[in-house]
Amino acid sequence: MSGIRNANNAAIVREIAECIIANKAYLSEIDGRIGDGDHGNNMAKGFAMAAERISDDDSLADGLSTLSGVLMTEIGGSMGPLYGMMFEDMAEAIGDESMVDATQFQRMLEAGQEAVISIGSAHVGDKTLLDTLCPATEAFANTPGNFQARLEAMKAAAAEGRDSTRDMIARVGRSSRLGERSRGVLDAGATSCCMILCTLADGIIRRLA
Amino acid sequence: MQRFINNPDDLVDEAVRGFVKAHRDLVALHPDNARVVVSRTAPECGRVGLVTGGGSGHEPAFMGYVGRHMVDAVAVGELFSSPTAKSFYDAIRAADAGNGVCVLYGNYAGDNMNVKMAARMAAKDGIEVRTVVANDDVCSAPLEEREKRRGVAGEILMWRAGGARAATGASLEAVQATAQKALDATRSVGVGLAPCTLPANGRPNFEIAPGTMEVGIGHHGEPGMEVVDLKAADAVADDMLDIVLAEQNLVAGDTVSVLVSGLGATPVNELYILYDRIATRLDAMNVEIMQPLVGNYFTSLEMMGATLTVMKLDDELRALLATEASCPGLKVTP
Repeated sequence: MSGIRNANNAAIVREIAECIIANKAYLSEIDGRIGDGDHGNNMAKGFAMAAERISDDDSLADGLSTLSGVLMTEIGGSMGPLYGMMFEDMAEAIGDESMVDATQFQRMLEAGQEAVISIGSAHVGDKTLLDTLCPATEAFANTPGNFQARLEAMKAAAAEGRDSTRDMIARVGRSSRLGERSRGVLDAGATSCCMILCTLADGIIRRLA
Repeated sequence: MQRFINNPDDLVDEAVRGFVKAHRDLVALHPDNARVVVSRTAPECGRVGLVTGGGSGHEPAFMGYVGRHMVDAVAVGELFSSPTAKSFYDAIRAADAGNGVCVLYGNYAGDNMNVKMAARMAAKDGIEVRTVVANDDVCSAPLEEREKRRGVAGEILMWRAGGARAATGASLEAVQATAQKALDATRSVGVGLAPCTLPANGRPNFEIAPGTMEVGIGHHGEPGMEVVDLKAADAVADDMLDIVLAEQNLVAGDTVSVLVSGLGATPVNELYILYDRIATRLDAMNVEIMQPLVGNYFTSLEMMGATLTVMKLDDELRALLATEASCPGLKVTP
């Protein structure tokens, strides 16, 4: 198949939630090294709430929209508005489309990336989730081949992007005040973003088969 | 970890509930949002509304500063995490009496984003929102990058000045200008002696080696800019005062307001030891201290350490500080 149905596929969003919940302690731990150590807890809380509200009958777009709503109205922090806007604009990008194929997916990624850039004040290289999201989006757009091959390329670029934050100095957010001391640790947002994109890709790949 | 909690996920809601029950004479819970605390006196006809908000774990901040001639409504976030845009928006609506609302909050990425989104939502309701972003923490960025500095305990003095000015019936522009002026005249520094633990994590956020202290520590446990050997209290007080006074240009005859706040676990008598030295030094400089505050005014869970805040007063700020204020965290009787 060249794509997956939009309808009845909100379970993919629940799979993303499960991944975040499973990594709650890890995300808080890496956040705690240069931030305040709440990233995993807050993310897990929001994603768990969203998972409870998502029904298998919902479309992928509805699932993303539900997740966005919870993050923006219930979670707060930095991740509430950043991921909230990202998922809202991703949901809008696929909207009522019946199928999500490579073209729709690329639009979705680009919309998510635009949303994060517009609400935050970060650029690539600032040690934020954009260091995962931007190269991942670019890899998907520029890789030839079928949907699955492009998703695999996106996953690899996301992981590479996440790892690239280890040697960066944080330039925005709480850890930016540490300067040189922020080097040597993965960015928690870049790490959770990698989990989100990889779980999303895996969910689609399984359903393409 | 030895703590009084039920479920870590419920602790913020439970603490807010207990807080409004304990201070029901001054505050109430927002009817539709369990993360917004509103003053009994708000909204007050003919007056600009004041709002703040921030993560939990700093009690009595932020909700302790809701009350008469202080903040009208507060948005409450998770531990050390910004409140939602929705909560800031609900707080703005609760504080608005038709004269606009000034949001006086601290410079953190999450708060900046959520306040921005809330102001956008309020604008759709026709509510004019202005903001003042506190950045009193000297060690969090150099002076030439002051816009990057964090807001810490100096926010209390900003709320006090803004609240007193709003009480006079001043315009939104005037209240914003006074709060900004108060902030510009305020500098803070923190020193950490031991870390704090978010109950959901179960272990300390960072480490401070025995026999050392972190100068310039943030009040979420953001590591300080310098780790040095622990000194005697007078030497620590001297270091803290030197850091805040470096940007104050005080001369004999000036008046300042001084706030020494514990970070949660430091015994209060030690705060008085610090204050004793600070007061002695200011006295030797012939600088008058108006309305000193010493105690746990802005904490960081059970972190051990203290913050020092000094606000240089002009005639307007002196007059505003002399007025009455009553909120759970602070009572001033003229």
